[in-house]
Amino acid sequence: MMEIINEYVFSVFFVETLLNGLLYGGVLALLSLGLNLIFGVIDVVWICYAELVMLGMYTIYFMHVRYGIPLIPSSVICVLMVALLGYVLHRIIIAHVLGKAPINQLLATGGVLFFLQSIATLMFGVEFLSLGVSLGSFQLTEDIYLSKSQFVAFIVAAAAVAGMYFFLSRSYMGAAIRAISQDREIMILMGVDANRLYGITSAIGGGLAGLAACLLALQFDVHPFVGISFGPIVFMVCVMGGLGNLVGGFIAAFVFAELIAIGGYFADLEWGTVLAFCVFVITMFIRPEGLFARKS
Amino acid sequence: MSRLPLMLIGLAGLIAVPFIGVPPYWLHIMIIILIWSFAYTGWSVMGRFGLVSLGHGAFMGIGAYGTALLWNHAGLTPWVGIPVSMLLAGAFALLIGYPCFKYKIVGHYFALVTLALSVIVGQVIIATRKHTGGSLGYTPEPHGGDGFSIYALQFPEKAHFYLIALAAWVVGLVIWRMVDKSMSRYALEAISEDEDASAAVGVQVTREKLKITMLSAVMTAFAGAMYCQYQLFVSPDTVAGVGISLQIVFAVVAGGIYTQFGPTVGAIITIILAEVLRINIGELEGLLGFRPFGLDNTIYGIMLVLFIIFLPRGVLGSIQARMKGGAKA
Repeated sequence: MMEIINEYVFSVFFVETLLNGLLYGGVLALLSLGLNLIFGVIDVVWICYAELVMLGMYTIYFMHVRYGIPLIPSSVICVLMVALLGYVLHRIIIAHVLGKAPINQLLATGGVLFFLQSIATLMFGVEFLSLGVSLGSFQLTEDIYLSKSQFVAFIVAAAAVAGMYFFLSRSYMGAAIRAISQDREIMILMGVDANRLYGITSAIGGGLAGLAACLLALQFDVHPFVGISFGPIVFMVCVMGGLGNLVGGFIAAFVFAELIAIGGYFADLEWGTVLAFCVFVITMFIRPEGLFARKS
Repeated sequence: MSRLPLMLIGLAGLIAVPFIGVPPYWLHIMIIILIWSFAYTGWSVMGRFGLVSLGHGAFMGIGAYGTALLWNHAGLTPWVGIPVSMLLAGAFALLIGYPCFKYKIVGHYFALVTLALSVIVGQVIIATRKHTGGSLGYTPEPHGGDGFSIYALQFPEKAHFYLIALAAWVVGLVIWRMVDKSMSRYALEAISEDEDASAAVGVQVTREKLKITMLSAVMTAFAGAMYCQYQLFVSPDTVAGVGISLQIVFAVVAGGIYTQFGPTVGAIITIILAEVLRINIGELEGLLGFRPFGLDNTIYGIMLVLFIIFLPRGVLGSIQARMKGGAKA
């Protein structure tokens, strides 16, 4: 028994696995941030959130590879583009289903998911497109290498979470957004234009999806179905952290990523995913409001 | 029951279909429609009470893979394998449903927990690729000389399978009707309105929900088994996983969640649409200048959004409501 522990747990590869899980957690944290904000404020599940990210990845691919725009300006265009998409999504679809049953909201955004996936297939085909940018890796110790793009994603995610936290807690607009998420009815009676606030929140959520898209494009190829590969994970992260709880979502992202990484280390990557989702289901039974919900 | 004679005539007409020289292609489309209609009806028996499951791809996968694996690895005839797989799906529904309902996981949360279920089953199938073929799919081994075997439930002749699928579809509709007429329906409708209030007047919330969930899971697993026996090929993309779960929900919504024939109409709309576009892809290419892969889902997606916003009862539900003067909800 001890031999097995020695061989597996105290090995360099295991440390590398943990570090990679940590970095993947950064990407997940960033992905879940925008969705969590929308969940928390507008109380709608954007089932199509991952597909917005996918369109963002296409945006940056076309800007950078096809039109030769440098990476940083391409990223800015990508963020703005997806922010606009988020706003439009809210205006033309979500606004119509706001008062409806949760299932209808879920299904309307599900329709958008199908639409975006297949419009991407129509316009861009099913090939895997690569940004072709490699930031390389750096050497941490003698045996451990880490990918720079993952590291950048981690740093940006942490910065974005911190930024969101300060935006929500310090700025006037942030206070308004928090207020409307606490009481939708009273705020409207106080003369707040809820639709405008929702629109702004959607744009911010979209922008965060765009930011995530920029970082994902550095690590993964883009294809029309890339959303399905991480979309469900992002939902689970948000729910596990407690819907609308940004800090909880941030921590849950790392828990999830580590579970996948550790499961993948001992068996296949698929088993890692299975493990993570099983933990999610059990968590839901024990703490339905999420791991980090404050008792009210 | 003045509709009964009409229905019997319709049924007789459907039974006659394979004997009047319908081309095999159309027979194939009808079989596919019947199988999926059965699956969709299975989903809608619980979906109509606000229990939105995104996990039915998992049950379908258990039915399909369970039957195929038991046949190939244990030599167990589908006559036994299908019931075993259905029981397995029912047990799985119990395992996930009981804590869900006991801890009052409803709405978004229920949808997401069941979505996790789809992911788990889909990933397990891929992870056990040594036995299940993974993403590449899996084929139940053929039995008998010319492929015809009652023992293995394998029928190369489409007419045979058409009649089986038709019978299953009718049974599915009868089950829907029985649920509709039962006391459970009132209990479940009360629960979907207000869970605490219905518990207060003596409705056994957890039990009623569990019963309908297990029924629904078992029906969906049977649909999966039928699909496997008909196509003699299953893969995570066609019978299990997240994509199928979403497909099930959306097709039912398109047809109508709250009516008996809604799921069937949903299956007809979505399958015919996909087929028409698939067949005419060459002409469309000439028209548009590029090969419109994914056009069916594009239209499908737009339809869904429009349905949810403007026709939340689905096509059939809306037509029926209009015919009744919109009096009944």
